[in-house]
Amino acid sequence: MSPDLDTVGGQLDALASGASSARELTERALDRAAHAQNRLNALISSVGADHALAAADAADYNRAAGRAGPLSGIPFAHKDLFCTAGVPTTCGSRMLENFVPPYSATVHERIDAAGGVLIGKANMDEFAMGSSNEHSYFGPVHNPWDLTRVPGGSSGGSAALVAARVVPFATATDTGGSIRQPAALCGVSGIKPTYGRVSRWGMVAYASSLDQAGVIALTVADCARVLDVMSGFDPRDATCADRPKIDVAAALARPLQGLRVGRPRQWFGAGIEDGVGAAVEAAIAEYARQGATIVDVDLPSSEYAIPAYYVIAPAEASSNLSRFDGVRFGHRCADPKDLADLYKRSRAEGFGHEVQKRILTGTYALSTGYYDAYYLRAQRVRRLIANDYARVFADVDVLAGPTSPTVAFKLGEKLADPLALYLADINTVGVNLAGLPAMSIPCGFSQGLPVGLQLVAATWREDLLIGAGHGYQQVTEWHRAAPPGVSP
Amino acid sequence: MPGSLPVMNVGAVEMAIRFGLAVGARVAERSVFERKNYFYPDLPKGYQISQYELPVVVGGGLKVRLDDGSEKFVQLTRAHLEEDAGKSVHDAFHAETGIDLNRAGTPLLEIVSEPVLSSAAEAVAYLKTLHTLVRWLGVSDGNMQEGSFRCDANVSVRRPGEALGTRAEIKNVNSFRFVEKAIDYEVERQIRLIEAGGTVVQETRLFDAHKGETRSMRGKESAHDYRYFPDPDLPPLVIAADDIERARLAMPELPEARRQRYIDSLGLTTYDASLLTSDRVTCDYFEALSSAIPGQPKLCANWVLGEWLGALNAAGQTPEQSPIGAERLGGLLVRIGDGSLSSKMGKQVFEAMWLGDETADAVIERLGLKQVSDSSALAGVIDDIVAANPKQVEQYRGGNDKLLQFFVGQAMKATKGQANPAQLNELLREKLKA
Repeated sequence: MSPDLDTVGGQLDALASGASSARELTERALDRAAHAQNRLNALISSVGADHALAAADAADYNRAAGRAGPLSGIPFAHKDLFCTAGVPTTCGSRMLENFVPPYSATVHERIDAAGGVLIGKANMDEFAMGSSNEHSYFGPVHNPWDLTRVPGGSSGGSAALVAARVVPFATATDTGGSIRQPAALCGVSGIKPTYGRVSRWGMVAYASSLDQAGVIALTVADCARVLDVMSGFDPRDATCADRPKIDVAAALARPLQGLRVGRPRQWFGAGIEDGVGAAVEAAIAEYARQGATIVDVDLPSSEYAIPAYYVIAPAEASSNLSRFDGVRFGHRCADPKDLADLYKRSRAEGFGHEVQKRILTGTYALSTGYYDAYYLRAQRVRRLIANDYARVFADVDVLAGPTSPTVAFKLGEKLADPLALYLADINTVGVNLAGLPAMSIPCGFSQGLPVGLQLVAATWREDLLIGAGHGYQQVTEWHRAAPPGVSP
Repeated sequence: MPGSLPVMNVGAVEMAIRFGLAVGARVAERSVFERKNYFYPDLPKGYQISQYELPVVVGGGLKVRLDDGSEKFVQLTRAHLEEDAGKSVHDAFHAETGIDLNRAGTPLLEIVSEPVLSSAAEAVAYLKTLHTLVRWLGVSDGNMQEGSFRCDANVSVRRPGEALGTRAEIKNVNSFRFVEKAIDYEVERQIRLIEAGGTVVQETRLFDAHKGETRSMRGKESAHDYRYFPDPDLPPLVIAADDIERARLAMPELPEARRQRYIDSLGLTTYDASLLTSDRVTCDYFEALSSAIPGQPKLCANWVLGEWLGALNAAGQTPEQSPIGAERLGGLLVRIGDGSLSSKMGKQVFEAMWLGDETADAVIERLGLKQVSDSSALAGVIDDIVAANPKQVEQYRGGNDKLLQFFVGQAMKATKGQANPAQLNELLREKLKA
């Protein structure tokens, strides 16, 4: 059987056997990207084909010289908020439309050192704010399964590129669900590691205490392989932990037999679509069939996760985005009449509506007289939510439930109803508030659209997630389903 | 820069601990960095990282000597670590303001004193003591022109017995003289204002050194809400008891303790002891010198404060730039101490040493300056002089004591000025007695 050239593992086999070269794989990715671009709008910043092919040739040369890294010759895309020296980094914003960073994010340095070949940078909700990828200055991304629907967000471009088999993996970030929800809506696998597992250096911040980089790929094994390259201590990020690496081989070999799976009642409440509920229940039943124990558990503070998140994340964002003031980097308005005018118009013109809304919300939450009522209270809620999770992980290894209460919705459908859009994150934001590792994997279809199963583990227990996710993919085929119109 | 992150500067923390220990403050085992949010062109991130509710150093105080010789203990409120902002440059470009970001993000220790200083002179005395201390500890080079040591002065006035009045804050004053002028001006302004029936507004003011006055920087209608909140990029700063203990053991002897020791054990005057301990490099130079020639602390102090500092001043050099190390100067003082050189000859040798790298002995040898202290050599000279001047001998013996100087002069002439004057006097008296 010829290797599956859509996955990282398959491409590495092909490279190792000489069946493919990095140049061939990169040309293939570039062709597919060009073919998909009109339909998906998933790439926004270009590396340049010459540049990508030169990197591929270097990878081929290194492999021939016996110096292949763990991702040597594998084409990939970055979410467009990882700084890449010499390559535009827009964050999906007009504000950074022309920003070319002079340095690279740690994540990029590590993947680059491992031999990965960057072919382009993926569309995203502006500054990672959104759950539908409709808040991009460069236009929305379309879901490969149904071009009239959203891919999820904010890492919608990354998920769509992987789902459309353009690249075998893409980097992504998750602040409230931005890896898992688009992975679910596009029918691919995505892992958000424990807060502190991956360096945030060079990753343009949305909400610093919640942002975490991760991977979207077709399989859990590929996610684990790439995460292994990305993760590890970095002295340039004070919140990056000095922890032992995940033993990926051992994690992949972990059997489902004896796994303790928690089923949080609160994740199956009102608002969940029948088809989503059915697919997720079937997946949990599959775990039981494989010898796992299923336990119903409670996360009583879950209902406060969304309000707490929408105080903390905008508060941090309001401060993080202050550096975009028209003075140094990013958009500057024409002919400012004074300093205040420079600030006001540069920011009003450079930021889109959703970003402005969150900056205003966050500024309000931190203001004198409101700080205690909003920010401090939200931080207390955050502690309660973390305590809920810590308690259930005394009894179970992983939690399982729907990543998103719905399948991919229509473009424009929820734009008029921001609250409905915020509720798309109802099952994912609590995980960020608690800093936990989590994953979404495909577990079926509803209305012809993919459904994602969310798995969550205790802090630093990515090994349990990888074992549970990979074990499931060994006995199911959902992750192999490809949307129509993939190849050029 | 988009995507960049702050990390804690370990060296800055060590210095904060050192400062805290030196002023007898509590070094907080846990302190928190917060973000102070405001827009200004010289603030690249749109917020400044500072400590707000939980600073690294709490309390403590400093003994300050005032001009009238009295002492005052100035309590400190706190000292916190923060990052410096950049600098707006208003006068370098025509009709435009430049931004100098060179110092943006460099660590800064803000030391806050209690409202206990009651005059501009006291404030300056306090600042000078603080200046000496931070330089002494290596916390800052104290360069005020470059902004390494600068002062925000909060000024209020009150009638005797009343509570503290409303204060105005004068920002970023960068010389002792300006601090004194600015406070004096501000005190006058507030008194005049109140006596005219007005009230002082709590505000930030700028000192205009050219006009010698303070003026309002921003009205209260634009008062900032800084929206402080803990910086999510930086975990709380936790200082282990071990780290504090290690810093305590590594503490240098502080200027006040040294000053007292110089007076009590070395017998130096209060004046000399104070001068020597006002600068660490000078003081360490003195320490090295006096340990090179033990038992002569006064000689060492005189030379350090006299010739050495004088020569540095004349050359426009700092003590760090001294061309003569303490060991080399010690070699000279040994020759003065053992009588080989008169102090006048010492100065001549010193000048030669300043211009080169010769040892004192080499200069003495080269210039043939060795003082004649050999009593048999001198005795011969004296015999000749006595024999050649019988008339003057007669008159001296007859009671004209002043003629001793005549014989000294003759002997000096004969030895080309190299006779040890004290010894010469003694030998002459002895000889002429008979």
